[in-house]
Amino acid sequence: MGKYVEMIRIRFLMMLAYRTNYYTGILIYAINISAYYFLWSAIYGGKSSMQGMSLGQMTTYVAISWLARAFYFNNLDREIAMEIRDGKIATELIRPYSYLGMKAVQGLGEGLFRLFFLSLPGLLVVSLFLPLEFPEHAKTWLSFGLSLLFSFIIFSELNLLAGVVTFFTFRNEGLLRAKRFIIDLFSGLILPLSFYPDWAQQLMAYMPFQAISYIPSMIITESFQGAAVRDGLLLQAAWCVLLWFPIVLLWWVAKKRLVVQGG
Amino acid sequence: MNAIEVEQLRKEFKVHKSRSGLVGAFRDLWTRRYATIRAVDGISFAVRQGEIVGYIGENGAGKSTTIKMLTGILTPTSGRIVVNGMNPHKEREKFVRTIGVVFGQRSQLWWDIAVQESFRLLKKVYRVPDEQYRRHMGEVIEMLDIGPLLDKPVRKLSLGQRMRCELAAALIHNPPLLFLDEPTIGLDVLVKLNIRQFLKQLNERYGTTILLTTHDMSDIEALCERVIMLDEGKIIYDGSLGQLKEKWGQGKRISFTFVEEATLVALQELTTGLDVNWKQGEQPNVWVAHVPSGGVPEVVSRVAARYPLQDIHIHEVPTEEIIRNIYQEGAANG
Repeated sequence: MGKYVEMIRIRFLMMLAYRTNYYTGILIYAINISAYYFLWSAIYGGKSSMQGMSLGQMTTYVAISWLARAFYFNNLDREIAMEIRDGKIATELIRPYSYLGMKAVQGLGEGLFRLFFLSLPGLLVVSLFLPLEFPEHAKTWLSFGLSLLFSFIIFSELNLLAGVVTFFTFRNEGLLRAKRFIIDLFSGLILPLSFYPDWAQQLMAYMPFQAISYIPSMIITESFQGAAVRDGLLLQAAWCVLLWFPIVLLWWVAKKRLVVQGG
Repeated sequence: MNAIEVEQLRKEFKVHKSRSGLVGAFRDLWTRRYATIRAVDGISFAVRQGEIVGYIGENGAGKSTTIKMLTGILTPTSGRIVVNGMNPHKEREKFVRTIGVVFGQRSQLWWDIAVQESFRLLKKVYRVPDEQYRRHMGEVIEMLDIGPLLDKPVRKLSLGQRMRCELAAALIHNPPLLFLDEPTIGLDVLVKLNIRQFLKQLNERYGTTILLTTHDMSDIEALCERVIMLDEGKIIYDGSLGQLKEKWGQGKRISFTFVEEATLVALQELTTGLDVNWKQGEQPNVWVAHVPSGGVPEVVSRVAARYPLQDIHIHEVPTEEIIRNIYQEGAANG
């Protein structure tokens, strides 16, 4: 356990190593949310609600979606791909820990850092002048926290999966980029899923992407109530378990086929 | 007890062969051709505890591949490996606690953070108790003289400073077996000496077994009593460095600097009946004679009697050249 906590600490240190990155991170978040606010107020025009969401709810939805993204988002897929491509994987495999487990912990460290030190300050800045509506029930916050944790697990599992595929292909930047756009689009980050046409919504119900962003955002804006919250959390939990199997299988095969590049 | 035992170890890679030209590249999109390369081809050897063994060979001879199989990174195609009584790739996480590894060409430290933070993480990873860490690492840090570097980020260190930190990082858990893959690559003479001296001390004080690959023969001469030489995935020599020299590096080399230019024919004629091999030196008036050990006085007296000389040098055949000769001749078993 100690080594994992230590690894989170190292990630914090790495994020803090460059001060400019840190401060601009807060600024970028605030600008991003403001831009979305002005975009949505233009779309709403004078209308009080669209698809059952008020402008205030919509702004909150977007702000929370990006806040959540700061936590669940990581570049584990690209990190793994890079370590395989330049052969750094060798120095990881001589350590007495599980490679993928340690990678996931690094993602968690990065996520915690971004959530607490970049996005939350950013959100505080934004809430000074944007009409954000936060729920008052402690239960909503609790469900949201749990849901966010599931988001992180699902997102990281997808990333580990994409990363491990590099063991077989060696170059897959295209695949990784496509995966990133698909997740941003289908997870409900840019647009709530209720805005998509019916056939698309039905298709997306069978994919893990909506469990990443749509569900936690719907929970925190209280658009999901009662049973819907429970079902959403259960769906997320199911994806966490389901995605675990292909990773274990692929990793097992990959280790046998590993080629260390560059001597 | 043996630290390393290897029997009939083999590793094959499947590599994709590209067709040439644009048309070939398009055809590669549909069907790919593969070739199987044997990087390591049925090698067997054992290393006793406390030995320092030099593992040498040209680029692509299979040294690094062997090391990667011995450290559990790569899975062998076939053969048996027992290192520290374990099968490296089967029990990887337990096994790697008993070894230290330094790859000269890649860093194991975190680039953007201070050296001591990397050490702290590794200490946790290997579950080294505080007391043991202080005692053992205190010594290592002192021997390598890296105390002042500990609070600097790795990216600010010179190559020599970094390499000494890498060595210390590999020794945090005081492993009984140390693998070094080209540890002195790109280092200046002083740092090289410092590292060699440290490795010797380590071996004497803790009985650490060391297997090292290098292209620098002076590393081998300074450290290893035994060398294993590899060529195209096969072991072509396994034995003491002294024997290797005796067997392949017999004789002396005499370099004559003549006042005037001399010809090969004339020199060969002059030394008929003697076992001499003449080669042109770097200048037209410099000739080098390769002579068996006992033949030096005769050759020198004959040449000196016939030609006016500016200078004479007599030296032993350097190890580098012995090795090169062995490779060039394709060498039989040692």
